[in-house]
Amino acid sequence: MATATFKLWRTRTDGDGAFQPYQTEISDGMVVLDVVHKIQAEQAPDLAVRWNCKAGKCGSCSAEINGKPRLMCMTRLSQVNLNEPVTVEPMRAFPSIKDLVTDVSWNMRVKQTIQKFAPRPADAPDGTWRMAQKDVDRVQEFRKCIECFLCQDVCHVLRDHNKHDEFIGPRFFVYAANLEMNPIDTADRVPDLKDKHNIGYCNITKCCTKVCPEHIHITDNAIIPLKERVVDRFYDPVSKLLRTVTGPRRQVP
Amino acid sequence: MADHTTFSYDVLIVGAGGAGLRAAIEAARGGVSVGLICKSLLGKAHTVMAEGGMAAAMANNDDRDNWRVHFADTMRGGQYLNNWRMAEIHAKEAPDRVRELEGWGAVFDRTPDGRINQRNFGGHRYPRLAHVGDRTGLELIRTLQDHTVYLGVQVHMEHTVIDLLLDGGRAAGVVAYDRERGRFKVFSAKAVVLATGGLGRAYKVTSNSWEGTGDGHALAYRVGAELIDMEFIQFHPTGMVWPPSVKGILVTEGVRGEGGVLKNSQGRRFMFDDIPDNYKPQTASDPEEGWRYTQGDKSARRPPELLTRDHVARCINREVKAGRGSPHGGVFLDIAWIKEKIKDSEAHIKRKLPSMYHQFKELADLDITKEPMEVGPTTHYVMGGIRVDADSQESTIPGLFAAGECAAGINGANRLGGNSLSDLIVFGKRAGEYAAEFARGRGATRLDQGAVDRAILSSLEPFERGDVGENPYKIQADLQDTMQSLVGIVRTESEMQEALVRIEALKARAANTCVSGHREYHSGWHTALDLRNLLAVSEAIARSAIERRESRGGHFREDCPDKIAEFSTVNMMVKRSADGTMELSRVPLPPIPDYLKAVIEEQKS
Ligand SMILES: Cc1cc2nc3c(=O)[nH]c(=O)nc-3n(C[C@H](O)[C@H](O)[C@H](O)COP(=O)(O)OP(=O)(O)OC[C@H]3O[C@@H](n4cnc5c(N)ncnc54)[C@H](O)[C@@H]3O)c2cc1C
Ligand code: SF4
Ligand code: SF4
Ligand code: FES
Repeated sequence: MATATFKLWRTRTDGDGAFQPYQTEISDGMVVLDVVHKIQAEQAPDLAVRWNCKAGKCGSCSAEINGKPRLMCMTRLSQVNLNEPVTVEPMRAFPSIKDLVTDVSWNMRVKQTIQKFAPRPADAPDGTWRMAQKDVDRVQEFRKCIECFLCQDVCHVLRDHNKHDEFIGPRFFVYAANLEMNPIDTADRVPDLKDKHNIGYCNITKCCTKVCPEHIHITDNAIIPLKERVVDRFYDPVSKLLRTVTGPRRQVP
Repeated sequence: MADHTTFSYDVLIVGAGGAGLRAAIEAARGGVSVGLICKSLLGKAHTVMAEGGMAAAMANNDDRDNWRVHFADTMRGGQYLNNWRMAEIHAKEAPDRVRELEGWGAVFDRTPDGRINQRNFGGHRYPRLAHVGDRTGLELIRTLQDHTVYLGVQVHMEHTVIDLLLDGGRAAGVVAYDRERGRFKVFSAKAVVLATGGLGRAYKVTSNSWEGTGDGHALAYRVGAELIDMEFIQFHPTGMVWPPSVKGILVTEGVRGEGGVLKNSQGRRFMFDDIPDNYKPQTASDPEEGWRYTQGDKSARRPPELLTRDHVARCINREVKAGRGSPHGGVFLDIAWIKEKIKDSEAHIKRKLPSMYHQFKELADLDITKEPMEVGPTTHYVMGGIRVDADSQESTIPGLFAAGECAAGINGANRLGGNSLSDLIVFGKRAGEYAAEFARGRGATRLDQGAVDRAILSSLEPFERGDVGENPYKIQADLQDTMQSLVGIVRTESEMQEALVRIEALKARAANTCVSGHREYHSGWHTALDLRNLLAVSEAIARSAIERRESRGGHFREDCPDKIAEFSTVNMMVKRSADGTMELSRVPLPPIPDYLKAVIEEQKS
């Protein structure tokens, strides 16, 4: 059996940490999470790592592998260079808890600041609505999000500029877009997106889209259309005038 | 007094999968304070992995469907060991529970006329599964989670409950530790809802995540609640078999629902060779009819690949044992063949089964639109669990409720695919509703400080042993080997007796685990604490399975391969006796009332 070296980030009790190398046996078809588990079972029983599904469905096992934000359970060893030590470290945009585990609770709090889903009255007596598949395709793309927060991890507004208090990050633009583009939703989140969630800070670097394991077109399909709504509403004089006549609400068919 | 902090709620819910979240929503609506505890982050519970869909007789795709057909299908699938009242409630209420999700933001796949689209699944007579591609569980959990966060429910994430507390025989709260820091928390409550999911981790090959250690089953058992039907484990016929590290990961039944076929190494569709008599009238007589069924032809009958899971799993097992398996010890599941039938089949498959495409591409380097998959049975679901009242979901302990996979009754000897997600929302709602009602009518409970201290101190013992003792991971692995090889898909009395002997030995070792280091996020310690639960449920499975000397549904005995009338009217029940040993008895099934018997008869044709 072949062996490889993995350098895993280990925290000390004072909160600081360092990479620690582990040599381990590897076999065909393994993913990085398997290696971490093997090290945990054989060499480091107190190693902290989050995971659940091991199939890219739950978004628990986010980490930075050789510096790249990825899901550990979906990164096969054939995709990394094993001739050199492979580094695995926690997401850096969030506070560390221990080893590979970070405190992502900020994301849960952010979600609550976004106006919740508000459907129009049901279309049919059984309490349901009629929606065409083509009208929900886009929303379904956003709803694929597994809340891995890798996009939040790479966004420079959060990672480098620490604007966690002012900026909700790509994940929550996807969330807001899912609500805004839901054909039966009636709430209006555009003013909040501009003033509270500061969508304007995003300068469309597309780093978020590149790391999304669900291949959601975060920038093209969520952020840019939302930005357009903000521009239309607040900066486009014609539609502004129109709105003073028709009222601020989106028209409901 | 052992160090801990205390919280207090009217209703405390343990578990944030579909059942726990739905219970939390309903309890909060009931105007009581609600606390929610879960082992993972919110939204990561096992429910997130569900793929195929949730069953509800909404009749959107076939107007012949209604609750009567769904009820009869569920009872037939469960070989009539189901609690009839639960099956009735489930069939009647599932449609409303599914529809209300849409009002909370769920976006299901649509029919051409804009309604919720429903797909075929094994054992369901008509297309009945509301779905979103093959990520229905994600849609369910995210919808419930996003609805819950606005309701003022207090969520305690990454907390593990280690013991239930009683006050004069009534549920009074729980003792838990937080995984992040390893600190102890005590929660007092007027009513407790267990929604802790399954126990697949007792087996080596499983589709379940690390959370599936049977905690709720064992917590309830330890305080004297009754567990029934524990011999009935569902082995899903199609788990991945290669590469080794993903062995057991689920391949949704939706693949077969969309026309995928099972073949052995000789290229034979072996499912046509063994169709049980009671399913013959509803099964296609040739591949062509089966294909038409999957494409929505109402005059066609379903292909044998969509027979119940227990049957398909055993057929696969047989092919492999007979030397007709695939290179890595499974059989072939082929969806790529539909290119003979459908133009642009590649895009079609990717649209219908996006996460299966993704899963095989990324994990096995295989393109399912071009090549067949290799699949084999995987431990998937437990039909058995906490015995509850059908209407209220209250267990045999007052104030202790249970819903979802950890509760028993709805499925009998075998669960139909899609009936779990609907079970979660139907009975999760009821559990939350009745728990809130229970709490409103009762005063506060008293905390048993002695029990709190005992729970905390005993859970710290592994640290005291430092490094002289057993490695918890090793014990867990040995238990999984034992259950896999001795209490698996095909069982015999002698092997299961051997399993009991081994479980006793493992219990002794588990009482002597050691871990070192700090309590923060310490997986070794967590594993050591989980062992108690895994061992208790494993023993319950083996004991119940030994006692049921017949074959039925998810329980197959090579030494008693037939169905036996004597067992058709009883559930196996285990309970902890006064001296701490496991006591097993047979409890008679509640008799089915005449109006439901009539429904079953009318649906037999
Ligand atoms: C891969 C896969 C696909 C599936 N597909 C389908 C499908 O298509 N249709 C269908 O109907 N069913 C399907 N199932 C089955 C279904 O998903 C599960 O039965 C169901 O999700 C269980 O839900 P639950 O709410 O009971 O528990 P879970 O979702 O398992 O949640 C359990 C919760 O309890 C918490 N918990 C457990 N123990 C403790 C403790 N000690 N302390 C605190 N919290 C605790 C966990 O953290 C978690 O939050 C599938 C299952 C799998 C594995
Ligand atoms: S595109 Fe915008 S949201 Fe995405 S990473 Fe760049 S700045 Fe952040
Ligand atoms: S949008 Fe993509 S990267 Fe961001 S949290 Fe969701 S799945 Fe992860
Ligand atoms: S463990 Fe679920 S995404 Fe990796």
